This record gives sequence, C-alpha cells and structure tokens, in this order.
Amino acid sequence: MEEYILEMKNIVRTFPGVRALNGVSFQTKRGSVHALMGENGAGKSTLMKCLVGINPPDSGEIWLKREKITIPNPHEALKLGIAMIYQELNPVVERSVMENIWLGREPMLRGLGVLVDHKAMYEQTRQLLNELEIDIDPKIKVKELSVAKMQMIEIAKAISYNADVVIMDEPTSSLTPNEVEHLFSMIRKLKARNVAVIYITHKMEEIFTIADEVTVLRDGNNITTNPIAEINIDSLITAMVGRRLTEMFPKMESKIGDVKLAVHNIEVPGLLHDISFDLRKGEILGVAGLVGAGRTELMETLFGLRRKSAGEILIDGKKIDIRVPSDAIRAGIGFLTEDRRLNGIIPVLSVKVNTIVANLRNYLKYGFFLNLRKIQSDCEEYKNRLKIRTPSLDTLIQNLSGGNQQKVLVARWLLTNPDILILDEPTRGIDVGAKAEIHTIITKLACEGKSIIMVSSEMPEILGMSDRILVMSRGQITAILDRKDADQETIMRYAAAKANNNKVA
Amino acid sequence: MAQQSNVGKFINKYAIFIVLIVMVVVLSFLSPAFLTTQNLINVLITESGRGILAIGVAFTIISRGIDLSVGSIVSLTSVIAASLVQDPSYSARIFPNLPLLPPIVAVLAGLAAGTVVGMTNGALIAYTAIPPFIATLGSMIIARGLALILTNAYPVPMLRPEFKIIGQGSVGTIPYVVIVFALVAVIAYIILNYTRFGKNVYAIGGNVNAAKTSGIKVKKNLVAIYAVSGFCASIAGILITARAASGIATLGNNYELDAIAAATIGGTSHTGGIGTVPGIIAGILILGILNNGLLLLGISPYLQQVIKGIIIVGAVVFDMRKNARQK
Repeated sequence: MEEYILEMKNIVRTFPGVRALNGVSFQTKRGSVHALMGENGAGKSTLMKCLVGINPPDSGEIWLKREKITIPNPHEALKLGIAMIYQELNPVVERSVMENIWLGREPMLRGLGVLVDHKAMYEQTRQLLNELEIDIDPKIKVKELSVAKMQMIEIAKAISYNADVVIMDEPTSSLTPNEVEHLFSMIRKLKARNVAVIYITHKMEEIFTIADEVTVLRDGNNITTNPIAEINIDSLITAMVGRRLTEMFPKMESKIGDVKLAVHNIEVPGLLHDISFDLRKGEILGVAGLVGAGRTELMETLFGLRRKSAGEILIDGKKIDIRVPSDAIRAGIGFLTEDRRLNGIIPVLSVKVNTIVANLRNYLKYGFFLNLRKIQSDCEEYKNRLKIRTPSLDTLIQNLSGGNQQKVLVARWLLTNPDILILDEPTRGIDVGAKAEIHTIITKLACEGKSIIMVSSEMPEILGMSDRILVMSRGQITAILDRKDADQETIMRYAAAKANNNKVA
Repeated sequence: MAQQSNVGKFINKYAIFIVLIVMVVVLSFLSPAFLTTQNLINVLITESGRGILAIGVAFTIISRGIDLSVGSIVSLTSVIAASLVQDPSYSARIFPNLPLLPPIVAVLAGLAAGTVVGMTNGALIAYTAIPPFIATLGSMIIARGLALILTNAYPVPMLRPEFKIIGQGSVGTIPYVVIVFALVAVIAYIILNYTRFGKNVYAIGGNVNAAKTSGIKVKKNLVAIYAVSGFCASIAGILITARAASGIATLGNNYELDAIAAATIGGTSHTGGIGTVPGIIAGILILGILNNGLLLLGISPYLQQVIKGIIIVGAVVFDMRKNARQK
C-alpha cells in the first residue's frame, strides 16, 4: 500500500454552539491532488485551518511523514512544510514581489546581520520563479499584478518553504479560463515535484480535470473518499447535499412580453463601446464573458454607479436619465452586486437593516421617522418567502452563511419592487443547496413578469437559466444568442473574440 | 453552561454600564462627598458641554470618519457669540458700535458658525475625497486661528446677564446646561434609531459601497453628518461660554480629544457602523466621574491623565475582543 504523507485522524473541533468537525479523518499521498468538497459549512475550511494551526483541533491526531505533530500556528505549519494558499490573498501590495516572498525571513548581509541583502533576495527570487516558469519581475510591486499572478507568487512562496503539502482554498474563484489553465499546469508541476496538493473547490468540472482523489465532507463528517475514476457529478452532488437535487436548474417557462428596457449605443471611455441591447418583460437575459470583459462595468453604468459619455437608456420606451443609483432605483431597477462582501452586505448591521437599506424612503412616517412596525413585518415576510435562515432579524448579517447573506440581498432588492433586476454573479461562492434555491427565486421572479439581467461566469448557470445570452468581450457585445442556439463552445468563442464591430463572426 | 454564556453575553453587552455603576459604588464608599446631589450635579454640569461634543463627534465616527475640529468650533462659537452680547457699558467691546441685540441673535450666530464649519468639513470630505482626519485637522487649525484673529487673543468679557443665564440658570436644582445635554442626547437617539438619516449614517460607516449601491446619497449625507457634529459643537460652545461668562479663543482647546475619548470608551467603533447614544453618555460619565472621584480622593491631576489614557486603550481592547469573539 502506498505511503500517506499526511494523516489526520478523528479531528474534532467545536466552536461556541457548533461542532464544526465531528471526528473527521483525512489522508493524502505525495504527488497527488486531493480535492476536498462539500457545501459551505461542511467543515472543509475548518479542517484545513486545523492543519495549518489557525484553529488547532480540540482532539484528534495529525501525522506528517509518520511522525505525530502538533501545529499551534501557521508559522509552525510552514516550518513543517505545510503551506496554504488562501482564497482571499493578502499580500503586502505596496511592496515588491521578492519582499513578499521572503517576508519575515529576508536574507541578511553577512557580518552585520541587521541589514537586508537585497541582491541575494533578488537572485533567489529570480531562480525560484525561473524554476517554476513564472514570468514576473521580482522587483515589481505586487499591486501591479493580476489576482492570478499574485496566486502564482503565493505558490512560489510555498515552494520556497520546501512545502510538502500545499493547500489551495478555492483558488479559481476569480480567475479567467486561461488563468485557470495556467494554474492547473502549475499544480501539475507541484505534483511532479512530489508535493501533496489539497484542493478545496465548489466547481465540479475542475476536479475532474485536476484531482486524483476526492473527499466529501458534510456537516462536519466524512461522507466519502474515492479515486476520481470511480465517481461522477451525480454521485458527488448526492454525497454533498445528502439528497438528490432533482434538477440543478429549475427553470420555468415564463411569458415573455414587450420590451422593458432598451439600451442604445452606450459608451464609457476605455471600458465600454457601442453597447446596445434590449430586455423584455419576463425575460432572463444571461450575460457571459471573461473576467475583464466589462460586464460588471456595464451593469454599474446602467445603475448610475458609472458615468457614460454617450448613449441612452429607455424604460417602457421612455428615455430616462440615470446619474446616481437612487435615480435607477426610482426608475424600477435593482442591482445585486457582484462582490457580496465589498459592495453588498453591511457586516456590522442587523439582517433587518441590511434588508431595508435600499428602501428606507418607503418607510417614512411624517417624512422623517421610520415605520418600524412595517419594517419588522416586511422583513418577516421576505425572511419566510426566501427561506432566509437566521436566528433573528436582529442578528448581525456577518454571522450568516454566504447563501443566506445573498438571500438577504435579494430581499433588499425585491423590497424596492423593481421591474428590472440586475444580478451580478448571484450564486458565486455559495453552496449547492442555496444555489438551487436562488435559481428558483430568479425563475419565479421572471414568471411574475420581472425582467432579469443575470451576469455569470458559470457556464452551466448561464445556459440553464437564460432565455437569451448576451456575450461580451473587451468592452463590446460580440453576440446575443437565443437559448436554443447557445452552447458552451459557441459562448466561449464569442467571449474570446476580438470584437471588430462585427457582431456575428 | 447555556446560562453561563447568557451571563457572559449580558456582561459583554452592558459592560460599559456595569463599569459605570461599579465606579459609582466604589467611589461612594471611598469618599462621603461623592454621592451627594450637589456633587453629582457638578459632574453633570462639567461634562454637559463635552457630552454634547461627544454625541456630535460620534455621528462622524459611526460613519467611519472623525472630527478633530469640534474643540476649535467651541472656541470660535464662544468668541462670536460673546462678542455680540457684551455689555454696552464696557468700553473695550469687540464691536464698539454694536446696537443692543437680543441674546438669541448671538446664540443663532454661534450655532450658524459651527454648522458652517461642519458643513465645510463634510463638503471637503465628500467632494474632494480627502481623509476626514486631514480635512478636520485643517479646519481645526483654521477655526482656532479665526477665533484668535477676532479677539486678538484677549478674552471677551462683560457678557450681558440675559446671555449668561443660559449657562448659570436652572430649573429647581437642574441647571439649564444639563437639560440641554439631555435634550441633545434624546434627539440624537431618535435620529440615529428612528430616522432614515440615522440608518444612512450606520450604513455609510458599515460599508460605504453597499450604501452607495443601495441608492443612499453618500456625499449629501456626509455633509449632513459633519454639519451635525459642528452644530453640536457650537451648542456646547455657547453653553460653556455662558457659564464661563466670557468668550475665550482657547476655550475648546483639546476638547475634541475628550469627546473622541468619551465616544470611544462608550463603544463607538472607529471601524464604522457601530455606536449608541447610551454608550456615549456612559463614556462621558465615566470620564467625568473619574475626574471628580480622583479629585475628591486627592489624587494628583497628572496621575489622572495616566489613568484616563489607560482606560481609553483598555476600553478599545475590550471592544475589539468582544467583536472578534462574536465572529
């Protein structure tokens, strides 16, 4: 039998009120990519945080290279050869690549031992990056790099610690397909160096490309561990959610009506060029494209968060002037933003305040005071309607799971009673169960006659939910496809197209 | 087990008030002069001005800003209001030819001055996007300079009794200044909890991007927030001037720091979105009782400063730990 480099045995970890890990065991081998899957809250991240010493386990054993170890903190983990690439990278952006890699263990000038040897640092960094075939100048400031390149730097850093175990927590969540490909080739290099890679992800298609083994956790318990060859998407989903999701995309056919929103020739210098499309009543318009294609920027322009230099927006055939978001809200547009934490939730405020914050105007009594009773009853109603799971409406939103936070944000916009709802990556980073619930909400809204624009980077979501699909590339629309004409390859072709003002290539 | 954690929660939630009560109890035992009506009213009189200041500053802190100019606004308000109500028999008046004005004119002029400085702060922060610390640092120095220019650094004495009564009169045993402080506190409480503007303040401090996308007019609200702070500072300026019976161009020096300290001790978070009026009042009372109690116990005023500093830092450490534990 093959030797395990790392074994975690019966790991238990509790947090106040929650038993996050309930005796989980996990083994992995050298030169193998081991995917760790499960819904949010299943315990994947907690298990890895036990391993790198962020949350040491309450009980259970960790064995590395046949020695029993305890890991009190991430620094010790690194010294033992366990490195973690976090989902949210946290580099010192104002400093250079090489300073980031050698942070805390800078090579020193000989003799004195107090001054940093920048020359040696540069040489060592260059060597490291060469070896990994990463083409980045060690002296460039990290803030100049894309997220993908920052990740490469993190991986290089892990290698520089001679890590035997490298953990990656949802590394592809903000990468373009090309960058994902590059990351995968990097992972293959790690494999070739006999490193054990632990790969946390929500994305099914990725694990079939890159993983050798898959372990599924649910509610802090081991469910299955299998070689990749012995599983398929259905069995994985069943293992993750503990029930069969009869339909991943519960799209209902809605009655598509007249043109609700018409956009003519929108320009935003340097970002958007000649954008025209329309959106009908009851329609879900999917918006596809690579990261950086200008999809979010277009939505921000429609909503008044960006200024357009030319073009017009018509609602029900009437030209409207949108300069600030409150104009858009008044015109019946709602905008669920892409980055929940950055632009969506107000973490330190209650679920209730987060629900009503876009709609305060409608709760005014005597023009100044808020009608708290109506706020309470409306929030209750939406909590039940959208099945928001929260101990109370006064709970701080930061204590809810990602899926439930997202539902609160959906409630926020539904309360403004919009005719047009813009959803930017509505299911990013939330678990399979909550995803299906949000998809159900979206399709129901369309059936009620709302017009929906849904930006998504997930092909299955775009294909499964949309009536029509608008594809963007480099700030322009390259195609608007009917549901029946769209498939993954066609969309990708248009998404990668250089728009030559030639919409149907 | 569950009960214990409830006790823990209770202590966490009301820690600041528990500290206040413990201080009162301990001081009552240590000094017989402490728990007397007159002494407690003295504490309230002394702290009313800074308390109003702290409430105004808290609006800016909750919105994730800061207002360093409030002390200077106290000074500026002081000399402006005082210069309009000097006794005509006094020969060295700032405005020698000023006709006899009703005192309300002086009050309104003072309030207007503070509000204008506040709005300027807000406009600078909102429309030029300079950090609140810098904007209000600038206006703090400017307002201080204006107060000195107006008076040539001399006091503005001999105020008419109709004006002085604001600071010195009382209803029964309760002085007007304390009543005004209570009114400001109640109104601020209502604004923060029951109005749209109040919710906007919390939302802007909690996540300015989310506030923007929710259609909140962040810039206009910022102007209003700093105007509130300036307005409160000028109320404090008038009360303190009337009590001191003289306009002084250095009257409010360092008051901004006391106000920020009180708001901070009272649980107003500099990371934005968190803060309550009862907390701020507890904060200012803790500082006031500490001053008073240490004085009664005959402890050196220099040591008092050391203790004050430790309490401020300790309060924030406690708050951070409390918030971290909730996560």
